[in-house]
Amino acid sequence: MDTKEIKLKFPIFKNKVNGKQLVYLDSANSSQKPKTVIDRISKFYSKEFSNVGRSVHSLAVTATNRFEETRDLMQRYVNAKSREEIIFTKNATEAINLVASTYGEKFIESGDEILITELEHHANYVPWHFIREKKGAIIKFAKCNDRGEVDIDEIKKLITNKTKIIAVTHISNVTGAIMPIKKIVDLASQKKIPVLVDGCQGAPHIKVDMQELGCDFYAISCHKMYGPTGVGILYAKKKWLDILPPYQGGGGMIEEVKKDNITFPGSPTKYEAGTLQTAEIVGFSESIKFIEDVGIKNIMKHEKEILEYGLEKIKKNNSVKIIGEPKNRGSIISFTIKGIHPHDIATILDEDGVAIRAGHHCCQILHDKMGLAASARASLGIYNSKEDIDILSNAIKKCNKIFNN
Amino acid sequence: MDIKELYQEIILDHGKNPRNKNICKDFNKDAKGHNPLCGDKVHIFLKLSNEKKLENISFEGEGCAISMASASIMTEIIKGKQFNIAKKIQEDFLNMIKEGSKLNMNSLSDTENMTMMSLSGVKRFPMRVKCATLAWHTFIEAVEGNKKIVNTENQ
Repeated sequence: MDTKEIKLKFPIFKNKVNGKQLVYLDSANSSQKPKTVIDRISKFYSKEFSNVGRSVHSLAVTATNRFEETRDLMQRYVNAKSREEIIFTKNATEAINLVASTYGEKFIESGDEILITELEHHANYVPWHFIREKKGAIIKFAKCNDRGEVDIDEIKKLITNKTKIIAVTHISNVTGAIMPIKKIVDLASQKKIPVLVDGCQGAPHIKVDMQELGCDFYAISCHKMYGPTGVGILYAKKKWLDILPPYQGGGGMIEEVKKDNITFPGSPTKYEAGTLQTAEIVGFSESIKFIEDVGIKNIMKHEKEILEYGLEKIKKNNSVKIIGEPKNRGSIISFTIKGIHPHDIATILDEDGVAIRAGHHCCQILHDKMGLAASARASLGIYNSKEDIDILSNAIKKCNKIFNN
Repeated sequence: MDIKELYQEIILDHGKNPRNKNICKDFNKDAKGHNPLCGDKVHIFLKLSNEKKLENISFEGEGCAISMASASIMTEIIKGKQFNIAKKIQEDFLNMIKEGSKLNMNSLSDTENMTMMSLSGVKRFPMRVKCATLAWHTFIEAVEGNKKIVNTENQ
């Protein structure tokens, strides 16, 4: 893949950071945006803007059509059975909260079990904690092994007759472990337990096919998919959307409102209360087109190549310890350097234009387990090249030099 | 400014070999500080006499080089001083880190001034200011506070 060509499509790379070319290795946190996405938002506001799904004037019709096109594109991208299974939220966090809140309200009782893993991002733990508090439910954590992955047997042995939902990440945002979702769904379906997948690190980087994975819920973060902030997507099987209660109440999500009764329409309308992030959702259509133009298979191949190059290069530095060694790894390299705190690493790297993340990456459970307060993380996107890795590697050597270790 | 001006020898030295990093046995006041965004943690222990003199001060904690060096430097400088003087030094330090003001403490020796000044480079790194100020806020909390955990997000 010609990353020079790709980088040209992202205006941010024209800028210098601290006088250096930008080496952006924080895409697991949020990705950069192609010009087509930025321009689409501007064009929408300049020429087509109106609120959607309400008025009958021409602008409203155009805006509604553009808005709904994104839903169609997303249905195709994740191969959902129907467009009604695609719900817009403000982010993946809200998508998971929506499920925890509505499913939890209706189906989880005192003593019931919610099965998650030690790899989960806080976004796939805290919403379940609320249900634990509210309903007196129990949260069970499937153990992560030394390789930084969760073995399917660890999940299997925690499933009981009380398990009401299994909520797992698709790809760990710390160790990069790719979870065996299909196997988990197979196990769960034997006991008719729904499976929610936190797909934040999945959807932008690997092929995701809802009908093939078979999960019941899949949460997506659009700003990690080269799209605007403020947009998330919840994929949910229609059978759930038909029976779960609404999440938030307000305009746009009602069928009929009377003083003594209110009725609600079907999905996705039922779950999209109030005016959504219209321009961002329209802009996101360009992100999907961008990914599809490059091709998800090409993205997977390219990121794997850069990942392997990066792992090999960084491993050569004896002071660096890479976190996790999963058999199936997404394009994430978390690491520590002996004697240097991750925040000091991030500051020193930043001076060379290298943007990484330092901290617990919203995974305190996992960091506690590994006995770490924080780690440094380099995460890849479609625009990263071997040259980026070389610059990262040299910047790490600079950390060694400054700290004399 | 070069990154080496942030990571000066004196800071690296305090970061690697922090002074007064223990729980001093005679402490009669203590407070915890936490920087939730980066995970820096510090616990300050001190002995305040009836005459409001800081007879002893030490700390425990974990965090980046800047936060640990700053805690170490602080304990070294304010140990043995009257609390009202130490509080002025704290204010002076915060002004230096946040506003870039020069230190104007006459009560500090040249070496003490130089040691404090070594942290002035932090001002250019806004994301790291909280690392440098954590111990200093926590120290004031230990003396004046009501045992709440200092959280740099609220400062």
